[in-house]
Order: sequence, then structure tokens, then C-alpha cells
Amino acid sequence: MMANSYTEQEALQHYLRHPLMERIVQLKERNFEASKSCSYAPKNVEEAVDNYHSVLEIVGDICANVIAPNAFGVDNEGPTCADGKVNYASGTRKNLQACKQAGLMGMSMPYQYGGLNFSNVPYLMAADMISAADAGFVNLWALQDCAQTIYEFGSEELKNKFLPRVCAGETMSMDLTEPDSGSDLQSAQLKATYSEQDDCWYLNGVKRFITNGDSDIHLVLARSEEGTKDGRGLSMFIYDKRDGGVEVRRIEHKMGIKGSPTCELVYKNAKAYLCGDRRMGLIKYVMSLMNGARLGIAAQSAGISQAAYKEAAYYAKHRKQFGKPIEEMPAVAEMLDNMKAKLDATRALLYQTARYVDLYKTLEDIAKERKLLPEERAEQKKYAKMADAFTPLAKGLGGEFSNQNVYDCVQVHGGSGLMKEYTCERLYRDARVTTIYEGTTQMQVIAAIRYATNGFYASVMQEFSQMPVTENMQPLQCVLQELQEKYIAMVDLMQTDNLKDYIDAMSRRLVEMAGYIIMGYLLVQDACANDYLFGKSARVFVAYIAAEVDKHCSYIQRFVSIGRC
Amino acid sequence: MKLNVVVLMKQVPDIRTTNNDVLLPDGSINRAILPTIVNPNDMYALEQALLLKDMYPEATVTVLSMGPMQAADVVREGWFRGADKGVLLCDKQFAGSDTLATSYTLAQAIKQLAPVDLVLCGSQSIDGETAHVASQVACHLGWPQFTFANALQVENNQVTVERQIENGVEKAQTSLPVVISVTNQAPVCRPKNAKNVMMHKRTEVLVWSLNDIQADANQCGWTGSPTRVANMKPLAWQAKEAQQIEPTDTGIATLMQWIVR
Repeated sequence: MMANSYTEQEALQHYLRHPLMERIVQLKERNFEASKSCSYAPKNVEEAVDNYHSVLEIVGDICANVIAPNAFGVDNEGPTCADGKVNYASGTRKNLQACKQAGLMGMSMPYQYGGLNFSNVPYLMAADMISAADAGFVNLWALQDCAQTIYEFGSEELKNKFLPRVCAGETMSMDLTEPDSGSDLQSAQLKATYSEQDDCWYLNGVKRFITNGDSDIHLVLARSEEGTKDGRGLSMFIYDKRDGGVEVRRIEHKMGIKGSPTCELVYKNAKAYLCGDRRMGLIKYVMSLMNGARLGIAAQSAGISQAAYKEAAYYAKHRKQFGKPIEEMPAVAEMLDNMKAKLDATRALLYQTARYVDLYKTLEDIAKERKLLPEERAEQKKYAKMADAFTPLAKGLGGEFSNQNVYDCVQVHGGSGLMKEYTCERLYRDARVTTIYEGTTQMQVIAAIRYATNGFYASVMQEFSQMPVTENMQPLQCVLQELQEKYIAMVDLMQTDNLKDYIDAMSRRLVEMAGYIIMGYLLVQDACANDYLFGKSARVFVAYIAAEVDKHCSYIQRFVSIGRC
Repeated sequence: MKLNVVVLMKQVPDIRTTNNDVLLPDGSINRAILPTIVNPNDMYALEQALLLKDMYPEATVTVLSMGPMQAADVVREGWFRGADKGVLLCDKQFAGSDTLATSYTLAQAIKQLAPVDLVLCGSQSIDGETAHVASQVACHLGWPQFTFANALQVENNQVTVERQIENGVEKAQTSLPVVISVTNQAPVCRPKNAKNVMMHKRTEVLVWSLNDIQADANQCGWTGSPTRVANMKPLAWQAKEAQQIEPTDTGIATLMQWIVR
């Protein structure tokens, strides 16, 4: 049998069986109207979900038989830069060609533009698998997500011009950061000037740290309002490489994700199209773009965690010391169990967030076609808030867990783990960026802390704690309820008048506690649906987070008492 | 350029990863325990056809297979990768065909698909390993043949192939129509395409019976198969039977004696 990263992962297939998938598919497919005009559109829910499985099987085939075997060569060879252009590593070119031939570009785009109209859940499952095969390559592939910004905010003319090209396999990039504007995007300086004479915009300036910066279609954040200094002067533009005017000045030599070129771009009177309204570039469009990209990094993190666990488990099974495989030694077994638990917890939160995003974004899209019913409006509002609250947790904790898993993966390998011959050496380097780009973990905490202080996470926990569980999982649910109370007590403590000024200093611990407990509840639900796949992870994870929550509580209490001394 | 290409594709048991249970006591393959796949070399032939279609978009690629109804999956594998049409030859009277009867049946179907410019197939199948079918189909059709092609080009009604021969590659040319068998040195077949899978996974495959291809029943199936298997003997070479021969004059002399023995 040919190797297949999808069919070999029963745990991954589980996420398509969630009860919310039916509602998501019904909304995405608009009562299956498209099946009358589009030859490949499904006719009912079963067919749509079956399509998800079939296409993910193609992704699994390409991951196992093309992308993963190329990963070592891509990491070694890397991209090069010459004459203002990027040349991908030969393996990267083969990977892109396979994805293009398989029609895996523009997966989420509607049928009318040549896309597959897939929901976020299978799209992120694909990203998860591709990342496990080569965490650098997933960046190039997943930048197709930029098309979502054009779809949501661009004019019909722009959609018709660019979206079919994305679906046909052209690559994308999001040109946001500059030498002096990293996390602080509102200070971006790239200048956009409107020419009355040519009736179009021109871009001038420099962008830095641009992933896949020599792509075919760029989304560019630029200052269109002269004299402004903050985010309100920035607009979103589309630069088409076919028009010319952008040069790649250099590419970075990085620690990891080496296959993905990180570029410095020089814009010299580059013609561009305004996407959406002026002044809304950062305030509205980048925020939307970043939330999608953050979920993409959460998927990338899940993929790295999966690859790390797989490599470690394989090595521990085959490496014998003291006359037996090292997996039989408690110290190693504990590491493996923790790795699997963190992987399953990352995925539980990632795919739950993806379902929320699907529900609210699809309803938002439907609202452009017809007036939503009052209950639909309420649903849209509810899930938009859930998605906004869960995205920084999924990205922040997913990234941290992937780094912990690659650390343990190298540890399981012992001295061999430092050798280039072993995949874990690359994983160790590739994982590092997941807690940094698309907003550092610290930025995720800033985005999440308000949901801790306003009681939203507590209310979500309360809702989850009331969900029915199997008898097996009842003890874990009780532990989670205890942890929830401890968390609420810490949030309340930090909100007392004399401590409010210190809440920023404690925010990482509060957000981590919230994320862990929410992950715990979701993992318990997964285990209720399938104890064989998730039961052990749920037990290990709840024990792990119980200790973590106690640690954070102890720290906060000590911080307060010492501070009061 | 208008070009009608037929690709012969066969469903075979996947014998690439096997264990001792794979052979029945009589030496034949235990098909029940093996998953079925498209004969790997046929996929290289399919890729050659699809490359021609990439170059000449008006070309038509038809997958032709023969076997039980479950072999319809082979036709779908072709559709999933970009083939335009597909036919499965399925009839009780085709059962038990050796390569002669198979090639006769396939040739009859190709005549039904006329006009056909090019027939492609894998150089051999992993279950039989005879490499007969391409040559025999060419004979039945009265067409020229190229076997063991690593690469091929079609231009102005002319086909140029690079053939794998012992110690090298031979370049040869002829005019259409022609039958060409393709080796696994040709480019690997492209992956399935998502839209094609969504479109075709439930599409019914056209099935032709003996009557549909106006075949002579006496030349099909058991009746049309002169091959008789006297016996089958599983041969598994073991390491203990291996001999190390040193690259010395004495070693070479020993080897020569063993060969001419």
C-alpha cells in the first residue's frame, strides 16, 4: 500500500465527524444550489463530507510521497535570490507542481472562481498534514488564504481578475511588515500614490520579512493618506507580478523553515489595485487576514507536533538500550505520552476554532446575498466572538506546544537527535518560528486577556462543563471543573482594585490557564466520542494541566503576597 | 493537434509488499488477501498520454481496461488524473484470458474506439510480468510497435521514442498509429486532481461486453487462451544460497564453470 498521511491518521479523520460539520456544510453549500451548474459541486451533506475525505486523501498522498521525501533536500538546498527574483529549491518546485496538478490551490474559494468551496476544517487539516511533511512548504501553500481577503473585501472586478488565477495555482504573499514596522504595523511607511493621469495607484518603499515575497499576487499594506502616522492612514492593495515594479533585494538566511523564502522587497513605482475601502487596510482587512493566518500557524504547529510525535515514537520503538526498546522505559514513555496529549489538545482547540470561524464567516457571507434571520444573526454574532476569543489561544498555545514537542523529540533521540540525518533536527529548527510570526505568543496573550478579564472564557468553560460526558470521562470532567474554579478565583483576585495595575504582568498565566482548561474540556469531548483514539491523551493532558494550573495559581498568589509584604 | 490516445490499464493485486501467505499451496497468488491497485507501469503510460494532452489540449485520452466490475476503479483512476473517457471490458466470456486472448479482446475494443492514433500501456504488469500485451495488441491491429519507451514525443503525425535497450537508449521514429509500451523510467504519473475526483467518483463507467466489441468468443477467455500452466513453484532465494566470488582470475574461472555447467 502506498503511504498516505491522511488514511494513516485515524485521529485526524475524527474531526470531520463533529456534529457541527453538518450545519457548516449546509451553510457553505447554500442548499446545494451550485450542484445544478457546477459539475463537481456536491448534492447533499454526505457527498460534501465525502468530498472532504477524498480530497484530504489526495493531500495525504502528496504529503507522504512527494512533500515529505523532498523535505530534506529542500532544507539543504533552500531558495536562492538572483536578478531581483527568487528561485525555489528544486523540491519546492516539485511540491508546488504536485499541489497545482492536484487542484489544491484555492481550496476555500467558491465554485464560481474555480475553487472547491471547502470549509476551514478540511482546509486546515490539509495544512496540518502538509506542515508535518514540510513545515516550510506549508507557508507557500497556505498563503492561498490571502485570497480570502480579496474575496471578502475586493470589488467584483478584482475578484474576477485574481481569484481564478489563485485557484489555477498562482501563489500569493501578504506584504505587511517593514524594517521598522514588525508587531507595530500601524507605523508602516510604504507609500501608495494615486495618479490621476494613469487612473491607478503606485507603490514605493521597502517591505521586509515577507514570506514568499516573489509570489504572483501580493496583498500589500501601504500608506495611502499622506501626512498620517497611524493605522487610519493605511489601505490594502493588490500588486500583480505581471505588472512588474517589485524587486527582491535579498532573502534571509534562517534557522528553520528554510524552504520558504523570506524576502526583502523594493517597490519602485509598482502599479497596484486598491482592495476595499481606503483607510481600512489595517483596521479591518489586516485584522481579518491575520486571524486567518493565525489559525494557519496553529495548523502548522499541529503538523509539527504530529511529525515530532511520529518521529519520536518510531525511534523509541526501534532503538534498543539495556536489552529493550527505549519506549518501554518510563522516562521515555512519559515524554511520548505528553507529546501525544499536547498534539491532541492542540488539534482539539484548532478544529473547534475552525468550526466557529466557518460558521460566522459563512453567515457573514450569506448576509451579503440576503437578510439573515434573527436567529442566524444571533448565531453569527455568537460564533464570531467565540472565534475571536479562541484564535489567539489556538495560535499561542499550539505554537508553544509544538516547540515543547520538538524539544522532547530530540531528547528521545538522544545524541542522534542532533544529527542532520534525523528529521527531528529539522523539526527542531522549523518549529521555532511558530511562537514568533503572525503575532508572537506575547501578542496572542494581549489579544486574549480581555476575554479572561471580562469573564468570557469562564462562561465558555461553564458551558463546556455542562456538556454530557461518558462514565469513563466523568472523573476528568470533575478535575476540569475544579481547575475552572481555581482559574476564576485567580482572575477575580487580579481584578481587585489594588491589583488591577499588575494584570498585564500576570496575563500570560491567566490566558494559559484558560487555554489549558478549554483544551481539556474539548479533549474530553473527543475522548467521549472515541475513547480508543483520545482517552489516554485526555487523561494525560488533564493531569498535566492540573499541575500547570496549580503552578500558575501558586505563582500568582505568591506574587500578590510578596508584593503586599 | 487532434489526437486520440488509448491507455491500456490493468487492475492487479498489490504484490509489492507481501508475506508468506501471498501464495496458495498450488503456487498461484492469493488475490483475496491482497489489495488491488492499478498496474504501476500503466500509470507511467497514463502520464505520457496526459502530457500529450497538456501539449495538445484538443487531444482525447481514453482509458481501456479489462476485468471484473471492480476494475471500473481503474477507469476512475484515469479520470481522476485527467483522462476524458473510459471503457471497461467485462464479460464472463473474457474470464481466464491469457495474454493472447487479452490482446485480441483489447484490440477489438480499440477498433470500436476508432479512429485511434496511439495506444499506450505499461511495459509489463506486476502480476504476470510477461510484457506480451503491447506487442500482441500491435499484431492484432496490424500496427507498428515500440516497446520499453522511456520518453515519447508526437509531432506532425510522427512519433519519436527513446527506448530502453541493454546498455543504452535507442531513439526511434515512426508514423501514427502505433502501440507503445512505457517503462518506469518515464516521468511519474501526476496526482489525482481534486475537482476530477469530486466530479467522477460516482460517475458510471461504460462497460462493454463481448458483443459490444464484435469479438469472436473462440478467441476470448479460456477458449481463446492456448497457455496452460503445468505447475507453479514458489522460488524464494535465500541468503544462504548466495556465494561470494572474489574478483580474481580464480574467482572468475569458478563463476564461468558454474554458468556453463
